[in-house]
Amino acid sequence: MGHHTEVQAKSKAQYEYDRHHNAVHMRKQVINFAIMIFLTFLAFAVVVAGFSPMFIKPFILLLAGIQVVLQLYSFMHMDDKNGHHIGVISTYVWSGAMIIFPVFLAFVTVVWW
Amino acid sequence: MEETKFTPQSWPNHPEQATAEGKNKFVGIWIFICSDIVLFASVFATYLSLRNKGPAGMEFTTQSLFELPLAFVMTMLLLTSSLTSVYAMYHMKNYNIKGVITWMSITVLLGLGFLGLEIYEFYHYVHIGFGYTQSAFSSAFFTLVGTHGLHVIIGLVWITALIVRNAKRGLNLYNAPKFYAASIYWHFIDVVWVFIFTVVYLMGVLG
Repeated sequence: MGHHTEVQAKSKAQYEYDRHHNAVHMRKQVINFAIMIFLTFLAFAVVVAGFSPMFIKPFILLLAGIQVVLQLYSFMHMDDKNGHHIGVISTYVWSGAMIIFPVFLAFVTVVWW
Repeated sequence: MEETKFTPQSWPNHPEQATAEGKNKFVGIWIFICSDIVLFASVFATYLSLRNKGPAGMEFTTQSLFELPLAFVMTMLLLTSSLTSVYAMYHMKNYNIKGVITWMSITVLLGLGFLGLEIYEFYHYVHIGFGYTQSAFSSAFFTLVGTHGLHVIIGLVWITALIVRNAKRGLNLYNAPKFYAASIYWHFIDVVWVFIFTVVYLMGVLG
């Protein structure tokens, strides 16, 4: 069956090590979440504070970019080197982004300007 | 088929990718997400080209229409629901089905809150005359934000179905990849929303 696997009991030490590792990883995720909340606050705050749009627009786009990379690599586990075909997935995601960007640019500058 | 009974000690470190089926699901959900990115890139580009454009009377603009407090609350709800599904995956790694179900349920509740606010927002716009067919701007806006809302609905139905089907069954290597794929999809919904609140609402208020 596609979902068959060998069942192997871990040693007590290994089990406790893994539990601890999971807990540490979860704490890191909460820190990442705090950073995302902070970036969101910052983005809304600079708009409400009423700085020059020439500064705000690139700044909040940068914040959005940072937040998305954080989501992809922490919450969506792209940082997990043991993920199945993770190299293929990363290549696919980033080359896809590079291909779609000129398409996006063409839309907003040429097609309907 | 004989079901393998796991204990916390025999539960693998990567239950979502311990089987061939789980590995395929992991790659599969990512391929789906990449194609979904292309879909969103085109509706984003359409929106950016057509925002604040007619041909109907331009009594509605992004500046007069959008309310930042509502967008902020929606953002917080969705961002928090992203964290709660991370908690669900943490409990999945520790072979704790109760934790998975509880945190996935909280995720669904937060998602429902988000959806409720979005429905309220759309209802309000239509009520004041900013309907789908009002202008090129309104169709582009509803298509972009509505496509995201549709993704939220699909995600909620998906996760709810997983909770209902697996609450009593317990965790195994057959349903662990299903929970994992749903959580990756839910994060992706949040990723798209990050761009929506930045590009549509924040930059919309700037004009």
